[in-house]
Amino acid sequence: MSTATPLSLDAARSPGEPDAHRRLRALLEQGLPLTPRPWQTLAEQAGLAEDEVMACVRRWQAEGLIKRLGLVVRHRRLGIQANAMVVWDVPDERVTLVGRRLARETAVTLCYCRPRRLPDWPYNLFCMIHGARRERVLAELAAIVERLGLGELEHRVLFSTHAYRQCGGRYVREGAA
Amino acid sequence: MHCQARDFDTLDRRLIDSYQRGLPVCTRPFHSVAERLGTSEAEVISRLERLQSLGVLSRVGPVFDHARAGASLLAAVAVPEVERDAFAELINAAPGVNHNYAREHDFNLWFVMTAPDEPELEARLAALEARLGVPILRLPMLEGFHIDLSFPIPWAELERT
Repeated sequence: MSTATPLSLDAARSPGEPDAHRRLRALLEQGLPLTPRPWQTLAEQAGLAEDEVMACVRRWQAEGLIKRLGLVVRHRRLGIQANAMVVWDVPDERVTLVGRRLARETAVTLCYCRPRRLPDWPYNLFCMIHGARRERVLAELAAIVERLGLGELEHRVLFSTHAYRQCGGRYVREGAA
Repeated sequence: MHCQARDFDTLDRRLIDSYQRGLPVCTRPFHSVAERLGTSEAEVISRLERLQSLGVLSRVGPVFDHARAGASLLAAVAVPEVERDAFAELINAAPGVNHNYAREHDFNLWFVMTAPDEPELEARLAALEARLGVPILRLPMLEGFHIDLSFPIPWAELERT
């Protein structure tokens, strides 16, 4: 398997991506085999050499396609049961500033701007706050609202009541693996 | 049912706290981890196997950037609460769904739909919408301010619950 085709982000999405790289990506989405030489095990499955696999992974990290590499924790299984999606209606001209400030809060694990869908959905800023208990999450939120002076922004707290599915993304086209 | 914090000893906790990111890309990554934590490679592997079999870890590996690894969006539907489980099952059966939560709102089911590209994403949503018979609220990410899912585990707080 040659790596002559440079794997840019566009190539990663394009039909021109080498088959072995696509296979590797599909395998990686399932997680690393827990063997002493996991890259070697993956290499055998993908039809690549171990050093090619490591080079691919390093490149994907450098390009930002892989944002982190490590243990993917299911927080609910650890008892972190309270999972609040807090949604805010922020004037468009302030949404980036408020989003950045919320994202710096340690309790906030995700923070995204999304479109409003009027009249059903007036909220354009989303953040997640996790905690062992509901009261703790609400206390965190109250502290954040106070600290950042967000009291006048309309917001709603959507606690999750059940997880029907919680797993990592599967982006590679089916049949690619 | 979830696991109890006391089921996890100091080594488990150090593994979880230290390696939600930064697993080294080297020939024997678990050996490097073991050296840093003062244990053996075999011990690290067996701990990870146990955590994985308990379901505490969904996997050890990369987290791909949604926006770059393909197309995805957050979606929501409002369904009758009594039929929620049945709707959730239909959603889970659709290709590309990777999170699906019930939440306290009129929009009571929230899921993430993924696909290799945008046209396929919309095709999947349209097909699911037809199956569900209710409109799907489509909320693509416009700007991400914090895309790091690693999260400090509040061990002490968990022990009190």
